[in-house]
Amino acid sequence: MADMPKTLYDKLWDAHLVQEEADGTALIYIDRHLVHEVTSPQAFEGLEIHGRKLWRLKSILATADHNVPTTARNEGIADPVSRLQVETLDNNIVKFGVKDYFGMHDSRQGIVHVIGPEQGATLPGMTVVCGDSHTSTHGAFAALAFGIGTSEVEHVMATQCLVAKKSKSLLIRVEGKAGRGVTAKDIVLAIIGKIGTAGGTGSAIEFAGSAIRALSMEGRMTVCNMAIEAGARAGMVAADEKTIEYLKGRAFAPKGAMFEQAARYWTTLHSDVGATFDRIVDLDAAAITPQVTWGTSPEMVTSITGSVPEPAKETDPVKREAMERALQYMGLDPGTLMADIRIDKVFIGSCTNSRIEDLRAAAGIVRGRHIADNIKLAMVVAGSGLVKRQAEVEGLDKIFLAAGFEWREPGCSMCLGMNEDRLSPGERCASTSNRNFEGRQGAGGRTHLVSPEMAAAAAIAGRFADVRQIL
Amino acid sequence: MDPFRQHTGLVAPLERANVDTDAIIPKQFLKSIKRTGFGENAFDEWRYMDLGEPGMNNSKRPLNPNFVLNQSRYLGATILLTRKNFGCGSSREHAPWALQQFGFRAIIAPSYADIFFNNCFKNGLLPIVLTELEVDHLFNIVSATAGLQLSVDLDRQTVRVPSAQVYIFDVEDSRKQSLLNGWDEIGRTLRHSDKIKSYETARATREPWLFN
Ligand code: SF4
Repeated sequence: MADMPKTLYDKLWDAHLVQEEADGTALIYIDRHLVHEVTSPQAFEGLEIHGRKLWRLKSILATADHNVPTTARNEGIADPVSRLQVETLDNNIVKFGVKDYFGMHDSRQGIVHVIGPEQGATLPGMTVVCGDSHTSTHGAFAALAFGIGTSEVEHVMATQCLVAKKSKSLLIRVEGKAGRGVTAKDIVLAIIGKIGTAGGTGSAIEFAGSAIRALSMEGRMTVCNMAIEAGARAGMVAADEKTIEYLKGRAFAPKGAMFEQAARYWTTLHSDVGATFDRIVDLDAAAITPQVTWGTSPEMVTSITGSVPEPAKETDPVKREAMERALQYMGLDPGTLMADIRIDKVFIGSCTNSRIEDLRAAAGIVRGRHIADNIKLAMVVAGSGLVKRQAEVEGLDKIFLAAGFEWREPGCSMCLGMNEDRLSPGERCASTSNRNFEGRQGAGGRTHLVSPEMAAAAAIAGRFADVRQIL
Repeated sequence: MDPFRQHTGLVAPLERANVDTDAIIPKQFLKSIKRTGFGENAFDEWRYMDLGEPGMNNSKRPLNPNFVLNQSRYLGATILLTRKNFGCGSSREHAPWALQQFGFRAIIAPSYADIFFNNCFKNGLLPIVLTELEVDHLFNIVSATAGLQLSVDLDRQTVRVPSAQVYIFDVEDSRKQSLLNGWDEIGRTLRHSDKIKSYETARATREPWLFN
C-alpha cells in the first residue's frame, strides 16, 4: 500500500533494503562508515587474511580519538600499546587506500561522533555505522545510525551492507517548554530515568515533540547520543529547517543546486501523520529539572533538588541489591542531598557534550568565577580540533583557564580513560559524558553524569549545585 | 566462525543485572590489535584484587575470593547464567571474545543488550534467552546443586537440566543456521554482489549527492 503512513524509521529502513528474506532478515545498505583505532584493527586484518578489499572507499571517514593524548601531542603517544593501535590505523589507511582520514595531527581530528556531523559527512536519509555504540548520535540528522561490533565493521568494509532485522519502533514525545537551566542532557537523563537502561532494547527510538524540536542540532545530538544508554541501538529526530541550515556549507555536504535537491528530499524525512509505533512514551518538558546520576548506571538518576535514594524502600530484591552495591561503590549514604555531595574532579567533554554550544554554555557559568579549592582537576576537552579553534576564536579558552580549568587537545579523554586522563580510585567526578559504570573513568573512580552547565556549576561550588540558582 | 551445535558443561551463576561490557573486559585491554588473549582479563576488575594492565603476568595476580568465577565449585564453567540486560554499554566485540576465550560457550539470561547479542552470534558464542522465572529457577537449582551441568542443544533449541527438566528457547532461524553451520557471513553476502551493485545504481539516481 503506497499511501500507508510511515514512521521516519520505516522510511529510512525501506530506502536501504537491498534484499529481504521471508523471516524478515534483510541486507541493508550502509552509506557512511566511521572508523576509529579501537574497533578496526581486527577488521582490517580479517580483510587481509581473506584477500578482500573495501567495497566503497568513499563511504569511510576515519580518525584516531580514543587513545590520543590531550596534552603535548607533538611528543606522540607515550604508552607503547596505545601508540601501536593508532599506528596500526595509520598503516591500514595507507594500505587500503582510504582517502578521508583525520589522523592525530590533523587540525580536523576529533571524536568520531563529533567530526561526522561537523564535516557534513552525516547527512539526512543516510545509514551511518561505526564500531562504537554512540553512533546513535548521528540519528539527530534523520539518519539511521547505530553501533556495530568488529565482525560487522569487517562485513561493511567488504560488502557495504549489514545483515539486520528491523527493530520495534518507540516514539518518545517530549512536549512543552523546558525551564531555564534545563538542557538536552537533562531531558535525555530524565528519559532514561523513566524508561530504564533496558527500556529501549530491541527498539529504534524517535525523539519528537515540541521540546525536541526546540533543541539545536547540538542538543539533538546529545539526546540521540544517549539513546544507547536507554538500551536502543538507534535514536533519531526528524529533519527540519534547523537540520538543513546546519549542513549548509559543510565540507562533505552537497553544494549549490545539488544541495537544494537534497534538501527537498530531506524535508520528507519525518514520521507521517497517522504512522503507528509499537510503543509511545510521553514526557512533560516543564517537569524536568537539572539531573544528576547517583549510581553506576545512567538510569540511577535524580534531580539536583533530590537526594540519594534509600534501597530499603525498594521492594524488588534484584533492584535493591543493585542499589546497595551502587551506593557502596559510589561511597554514598542513602538520604544524602545531591547538593551536599562534594566532588574532586570535573570533566567537560565526550561525544555527548563537547560541541561548541556545550563549551559556550559551560563558559557562561564559569565566566568571572573560579573553581573551588577542593577541586583537584577540572578539564575541558573539546570534541574536535575545529571546535577547539572556534572556542579559542570566541575567547572561551581564556574564560576556562582564568577559572582554573585545564584546556586540552580533542579526543575521548576521560570519558573512558584509555589515554592518560583517568580518575584515581575513590575520586568523585562531575562528568558530561554518558556512562557512570564502575571503573569507566578509571578503576575505582566515581562518576556522576550531568550537563555542561551543571558540571561548570559543580566546579565552582566544589559540590553539586543547582545551576538555576546561578543563572 | 566456529559452529555451535550442542554443548554440555558446568554452569556458573553471575547474580547481577545490567552487567556492562566495560565490566566484562575493561578498556585498557582494548588497546590490543589482536583477536585473542582476552580470556585472562575477562571481568578483570571483579576477578583480581589489583589493577590489571595489558602485558601483566596474570597467574601472579591476587584473585578476589568473593568473585563467583574464582570459587572452586565453578572452576571450568562453560555456561554463564546471569540476569537481565547482560552486555549493555560499549559495542566492543572484545566482550564476547573475552568470554569465549575464558571458556564460555553459552550464556543464559532473561535479556541482552542488542549489540552484544549480535556480536555473540558472530563468534560462535550462544546467548540464550529464557524468561525471568526460568532464570530464577535455574539460579535456585545451580546454588543447590554443586557441579550442576546443563546441556544445550541449538538445533532443538533446548536447555536440559540433568533431572530431566527441559527449557525451550527461541532463536531467529537465520542466526541459528549461521551458528549451526559456522558460516562465513561476508562470503555469503558477497554472493549478492550484483544486487548490491544494482541497488547502488538505483540509489545514485534517487540521491545523487551521496555518490559524487
Ligand atoms: S567520547 Fe566516550 S562515549 Fe564517545 S566515542 Fe569516545 S569513548 Fe565512546
